[in-house]
Amino acid sequence: MTVSNVLCFFLPMNVKILFFAGLREALGTASESLALPAGVVTVGALRDQLAARGEPWVALANMKNLRVAVNQQMVGLDAPLKAGDEVAFFPPVTGG
Amino acid sequence: MSVSVQEADFDAGAEIAALSAGREDVGAVASFVGLVRADKQAEKVGAGDTAPVQAMTLEHYPGMTEKALEAIAAEARGRWDIFGVRVIHRVGRLLPGDRIVLVAVASAHRGEAFAACEFIMDYLKTRAPFWKKEETAAGGRWVDARESDDHAAGRWERD
Repeated sequence: MTVSNVLCFFLPMNVKILFFAGLREALGTASESLALPAGVVTVGALRDQLAARGEPWVALANMKNLRVAVNQQMVGLDAPLKAGDEVAFFPPVTGG
Repeated sequence: MSVSVQEADFDAGAEIAALSAGREDVGAVASFVGLVRADKQAEKVGAGDTAPVQAMTLEHYPGMTEKALEAIAAEARGRWDIFGVRVIHRVGRLLPGDRIVLVAVASAHRGEAFAACEFIMDYLKTRAPFWKKEETAAGGRWVDARESDDHAAGRWERD
């Protein structure tokens, strides 16, 4: 990994996005780092932005009971989003 | 450390004993152990969807899982007069009969211990980021969340 790659990854204007369980499998990826697009200021707006990529990303918009965490706290889709946040999308939990 | 997320099995007896070791004020320890069940999932519909569970893989969200469990344990401590809490949740691939989860609570009297133990399990089921994937002869399938778990957790909601 080059120095510029490292800098890019930790660039504070990025958000780190994580996917878990069935959603991770449907999307074929567990995580990505994304420069927060202009105007995307809520979790719901980020979800819409990702879903607009088309298949298989529309799963994010179509999934019933999509759960979201920002910085490892469960939040609603109207929760605010800022650069540097860690955002996770996942199905309802089934532990225990 | 009252909360652990681990691949390894646990010794429930040793964990229960540790909650009252060296103290004389503990009058009650309530515990719950969850196990992997192999029985047919009769409530599910669809051909090939009633095959016995051969194994189960538990995925979690490292970092958030521990925080969520700590928050649930702290909430229980705030609601009841309890002396100690121990939560262990396993991750990775488990087989029928394997232990998945332990919740144990120590208090002076049984009422607090029973209530706090049930509360922690109900909240864990709906708030801690774990996901189960079952393996059957028909393939793998992610376990659906159950409405009854939401209702169970909802009983503890405060106005």
